[in-house]
Amino acid sequence: MTMDAYRYEDGTISYPGHPRGPDGAEPVETIDLSEFTAEVVTWTTSTATPPGVREPNHLAIVEFTIEGESVRAIGQVTTGEIGVGDEVRPVYADELREPGAGIREPASQEWDGYRFEPV
Amino acid sequence: MERVAVIGSSMTQFGQRDEWVLELLSEAGLACLDDAGVGAADVDHLYVSNMASGEFEGQTGIMNALAQDIDATPAYTQRVDQTSSSGGAGIYAAWQSVASGASEMTLLVGGEKMTHRTTGEATDVIASLTHPVEYKHGVTLPSFAGLTARHYLDRFDAPRESLGKVAVKNHKNGVDNPHAQFRKEVDLETVLESPIVADPLRLYDFCPITDGSAALLLCPESVAQEYTDEYAVITGIDGATDTHVVHEREDPTVMGGVVESGEGAYEMSGREPDDIDVAELHDMFTILEFLQMEGLGFAEQGEAWELVEEGETERDGELPINTSGGLKSKGHPLGASGVAQGVEIYEQLVGEAGARQVEADVGLCCNVGGFGNCVITTIMEAAQ
Repeated sequence: MTMDAYRYEDGTISYPGHPRGPDGAEPVETIDLSEFTAEVVTWTTSTATPPGVREPNHLAIVEFTIEGESVRAIGQVTTGEIGVGDEVRPVYADELREPGAGIREPASQEWDGYRFEPV
Repeated sequence: MERVAVIGSSMTQFGQRDEWVLELLSEAGLACLDDAGVGAADVDHLYVSNMASGEFEGQTGIMNALAQDIDATPAYTQRVDQTSSSGGAGIYAAWQSVASGASEMTLLVGGEKMTHRTTGEATDVIASLTHPVEYKHGVTLPSFAGLTARHYLDRFDAPRESLGKVAVKNHKNGVDNPHAQFRKEVDLETVLESPIVADPLRLYDFCPITDGSAALLLCPESVAQEYTDEYAVITGIDGATDTHVVHEREDPTVMGGVVESGEGAYEMSGREPDDIDVAELHDMFTILEFLQMEGLGFAEQGEAWELVEEGETERDGELPINTSGGLKSKGHPLGASGVAQGVEIYEQLVGEAGARQVEADVGLCCNVGGFGNCVITTIMEAAQ
């Protein structure tokens, strides 16, 4: 499992990747964000969670800086003890929410991924 | 191109209803035709704004079913889905149908039936609009609001109480709306001590889950004048789309769809933010009222909270916002909400807003889908 971001021909990076980037730029490589640390931009603890989602659900938007280029990601946080500006690292979880408990077709997407853990 | 007029409106009781979506749509559609004195046989186009009747109720094809139920066949029908902005997108579709000359009488009915589902189930239906990398983490629309509110409050040094005052204001306005889900004032202390839903936001920062329907009737201005002297004209309307993945936006406090659609509507109408006398904004969460006020040019970035603190957005303020009670108090039956915003602005412009009436010649409504993913801004003016 990797946490793949796309780098586009104009140098920008996005997570997730898209078939086309800014100004129609094509992707030229993938970057595994799980190998990097990031900084918390903002966070929340959600208590009204949908079926199959842990409660409470700690979430954060984090920002990675890869060779001077910023890219953000959203994801669960391992703890509610978190603050804006904290450094976090991705840690693998084999099931982020229960497939099939919600409305989305289980086979339509992946359910494992990376939570963010304070460094 | 002839101007497009609005000559009728209706809105069912919003809240927890026993009726299913088709019954709600019929109730609003027939009431709207009756309001305008127009027969169903005169309807050329019928648009139904709805996000998820298939997911909520297992009922699809509702535009066709509604056409038969209100005896509007063989009118052209189309269901308009743009998630929470389906209603605004319906206004845009209805406006296009008349402006293009394809229809001389277009009925728009928006509606949703939601309350038979649990809060978790309804939240999940709505969250199904998210990208897979968001959905697998359990990201919901309320959690986007919590993430954005924390960033806004920290970055602009805004007091938490200012968000609470949005809820207090809109609940106060909803008391005078006979169709609102909640007709009860709340005080700031109650808002700030209510249970946390998505930290730092609490229960009263969020709109409820709602059943309901609303409708508008549109036609060319020359046709409107055959029916009435009291009508409104859609002078500006535009829609725009922002990123599907919310965290990819350059500035988390700017909703690009609001800015772009607002600029389009202002340009088309020849109006500016200062010309707007009354506005209905999509306050699904209190923080959204700030973001739309700033995106539409009513306040500088990071300063909307100051206008709320100063009372400028109260019913007797310089720019009354959400005189209907907003989604916050009136309720948010997804597909109906954008249409109901239009109903409020229309009623304000033709002087039918009752106890909520303000002095207004120019009104604006902004309907937001997803977390700013799709946005429609509409400017309406009283007929001169």
